[in-house]
Amino acid sequence: MSGGAHEPAAGLKLYHPPMSLWWWLERRAYFKIVVRELTSLFVGAFAVVTLLQIRAVGDGPEPYAAFAAMLGSPAFITFSVVAFLAVLFHALTWFPLVPTTIVLRVGEQRVPGNIIAGAHFAGWLIVSVVVAYILLRG
Amino acid sequence: MATYSCDLLIVGGGGAGLRASIAAAEARPDLDVAVVSKVYPMRSHTVAAEGGAAAVIKDTDSLEAHAYDTVSGADWLCDQDVVEAFVNEAPREMVQLEHWGCPWSREPDGSVAVRPFGGMKVSRTWFAADKTGFHMLHSLFQTSLKYKSVKRYDEWFVTRLLVDDGRCAGVVAVEIATGEIHSIMAKAVILCTGGCGKIFPFTTNANIKNGDGMALAYRAGAPLKDMEFVQYHPTGLPATGILITEATRAEGGWLVNKDGYRYLQDYALGTPEPKPVHRTMELGPRDRLSQAFIKEQERGRTLEGPYGHYVNLDIRHIGEAVIDKKLPFVRELCLKYANLDPVHEVIPVRPVVHYIMGGVHTDIHGATPIAGLYAAGEVACVSLNGANRLGSNSLTECLVFGARAGLAAAEFVDGAAPAGAAIEAQARDEEQRLRALMAKTDGTERIADLRSEMQSTMEESAGIYRAGDTLAAGGETLGRLRQHARHLKLEDRSSTFNTEFISALELDYMLELAEVILRSAVERTESRGAHQRIDFPARDDDKFLAHSLAYRADDGSARIEYLPVTITQWPPGARVYGKQ
Amino acid sequence: MAETLRLEVSRYRPEEDSEPTLQSYDVLLDALNHVKNEIDGSLTFRWSCRMGVCGSCGMMANGEPKLTCAVPLTDYDPAQPIRIEPLQFFPVVRDLVIDMSSFLEKLSNVKPWIIRDDVEATEAVEFKQTPAELDAYKQFSMCINCMLCYSACPVIGLEPEFSGPAAIALAQRYNLDSRDKGKEERMDVLDAHEGLWGCTYFGECTKVCPKNVDPAGAIQLYKMASATDYLKSLLLPWGSK
Repeated sequence: MSGGAHEPAAGLKLYHPPMSLWWWLERRAYFKIVVRELTSLFVGAFAVVTLLQIRAVGDGPEPYAAFAAMLGSPAFITFSVVAFLAVLFHALTWFPLVPTTIVLRVGEQRVPGNIIAGAHFAGWLIVSVVVAYILLRG
Repeated sequence: MATYSCDLLIVGGGGAGLRASIAAAEARPDLDVAVVSKVYPMRSHTVAAEGGAAAVIKDTDSLEAHAYDTVSGADWLCDQDVVEAFVNEAPREMVQLEHWGCPWSREPDGSVAVRPFGGMKVSRTWFAADKTGFHMLHSLFQTSLKYKSVKRYDEWFVTRLLVDDGRCAGVVAVEIATGEIHSIMAKAVILCTGGCGKIFPFTTNANIKNGDGMALAYRAGAPLKDMEFVQYHPTGLPATGILITEATRAEGGWLVNKDGYRYLQDYALGTPEPKPVHRTMELGPRDRLSQAFIKEQERGRTLEGPYGHYVNLDIRHIGEAVIDKKLPFVRELCLKYANLDPVHEVIPVRPVVHYIMGGVHTDIHGATPIAGLYAAGEVACVSLNGANRLGSNSLTECLVFGARAGLAAAEFVDGAAPAGAAIEAQARDEEQRLRALMAKTDGTERIADLRSEMQSTMEESAGIYRAGDTLAAGGETLGRLRQHARHLKLEDRSSTFNTEFISALELDYMLELAEVILRSAVERTESRGAHQRIDFPARDDDKFLAHSLAYRADDGSARIEYLPVTITQWPPGARVYGKQ
Repeated sequence: MAETLRLEVSRYRPEEDSEPTLQSYDVLLDALNHVKNEIDGSLTFRWSCRMGVCGSCGMMANGEPKLTCAVPLTDYDPAQPIRIEPLQFFPVVRDLVIDMSSFLEKLSNVKPWIIRDDVEATEAVEFKQTPAELDAYKQFSMCINCMLCYSACPVIGLEPEFSGPAAIALAQRYNLDSRDKGKEERMDVLDAHEGLWGCTYFGECTKVCPKNVDPAGAIQLYKMASATDYLKSLLLPWGSK
């Protein structure tokens, strides 16, 4: 019965299925998304490293040299590789989702999702090429 | 047994019921309005209507034209004062629904678009692609949520109208989730429970369409009017009976026989043109098209498949763009339920039970002969549709007469005296009857077996063409089935959401109505609209320009009386299609 | 047509069981009704239109939310049983029937009706709406309330108060309707933790939707609008309104 508020019929013995702690392992899609959410920790970590690096530059040549040495250590390189893969995963699984958040219209037709996602990938590629050019030209 | 009470109780939450509830709540915000429905309102079968809803809106059209199309489509068996009220109020109701957010398809200038429809000589059918009923129902339901004075009893099944001294004062209902039996007292009751297509084996109707309200009213003493008039829609998918809307033909679809020939030209429906022509060929009325199919079958020119004879509906020439824009649901249904793409393939179709013109006898305000009891929508027979309903008139009918019944009942509430002790005693009797039925363990007959035998009996004896002897034979079988139905085998002993128990009650309703349909068909010894007697092939205006009224006699049988048709402006004439 | 399939159906009989048990049936096509009609009249499930538009018959089939009238059994391997369970993340009333009162409550909370106060003045004529204006919300008006999206969304399981995909999509359907002026009223309801922001964008709602409504898209658009409003109110002295 309801009127204004909706609630279960009085006197029902409802069964509330328990939610498993491992629910995110039960569907491939859930797992993928939970992993993507976790990879944002690495995105954050990169940002923190960059901030620390800027502070080290500000502190003078010696602290910066020490910082650079730390960046070159095998442990950090391992971390960087893992973090890079995580960020890559994040970007690759995120861009295909972007079209649902953006509605673009040309005339009466909605711009198809793969064009919007494609534009994001293209933008990513262009930025990467520019960065690579700046870093590698010297 | 708990007792609830309200001022105005509406049984059924489809198009008519919701419209009635909103009309009453708007006119009289002080009233407690309740809607009791055996399903959540958005599950009601209004949801499945596809093609559109008719109302005069364009300058090229006129109320007179809409009225004439309706009267001639009805083979003059409608009440013309009712038709006039209907066409007058239809545009206002449709605009009202537009204001409530119904996503009507539009012209480029932003005005509402209309399409042609069968039996209409001007394009006046409003549509929301080919999901008109779905959008109308959801717009009404969502709008109804705004009215806090409207209380809903969702998934409650009404088993009896409480009537004392010729006045209806409430209902007894089973709360399906718990199996609890309750009475709901009301100063007025409106029945909006829809039709009874499930009496037949092959129907477009949903599982819930069991004629509940008709049986309730009939048992309470109200007559059922024109029950012999059952509409076969000419285009249903053969295996399932799923409706392929008339809008396919309005958008230019062709019906062709096994030779690819547009066979309707052989049945006084005009000459074929490449483009659709109003009131011609595929845009003829449904009764004539379904009858033409049977004739074509008798000539051996239909096709035969695993589900019987069929013809083809060809919409390929309309093109993918128009199909996707105006008939996307048809494409979806064909892909899912017939495994074909109508853009590239023809659609196999055959006539399918779709609608019943008959129903609870009401006057122009939706009032039945029982004081305080009203009816609107397919459950009612206000005498708009006569012997054959025109496509796209019924959705509008739900709005116009739903609103009328809601207002009339709200007005009745004021003068209504409180229910007496006799009503409470009736409620207790009904509770005992239901408890006895629930407790019954010695039954032997399966619900499904009796139901399917009833359905096949009805198809054989009261199909598109009928005869005195087959109707009589059907009546005998039904009598036997009703005996058997007293010994139903109920396997479900649970009180929680016992759908088997509800099915048993629904079967009981349907068996009663099946007999009324047969009885009314036996007595009408003429052919008119959807009622075609091969032993009486002509229309007989001298004897039968009258509505049949079936009353329930004390022994449970149906007694038929007749009530003259109301004629205002259009004297009975010939139904001419194909040339104007 | 004599193909035999094996169903595993989740039964929950509140009088006898403390939790659902599984029973197996060997049946023909149109399996659940066959079981109900011929084998066990006590099997309990909702259904009505059998043409994919009334929204009654959503269930889990092999762990996926499906509209059971719209999925051919030929999609399944006849050698394997098909496991039928009630829609997940909902309380179970009995067998395959779930309690949907919370869903109805969420639906009505978003004020799913046209909000404007000048209806009187325009009563006699329709509001104009161009085909493009119709297209802006049409997709979100196609929801049949089958609740498959709620069963696909783990947030519903974790936070039962979350408004959920269909309700938010419905709010968006009215927000984007050129005839409506109730966007701000609805934002007041939805711009809450258990409203819009409960969504962590699993996107599964859109994948399981049988009517291509794209509730995930509706929610993300809504979040954008909410965030934009917030920024405006922060940066502009005259606020967002």
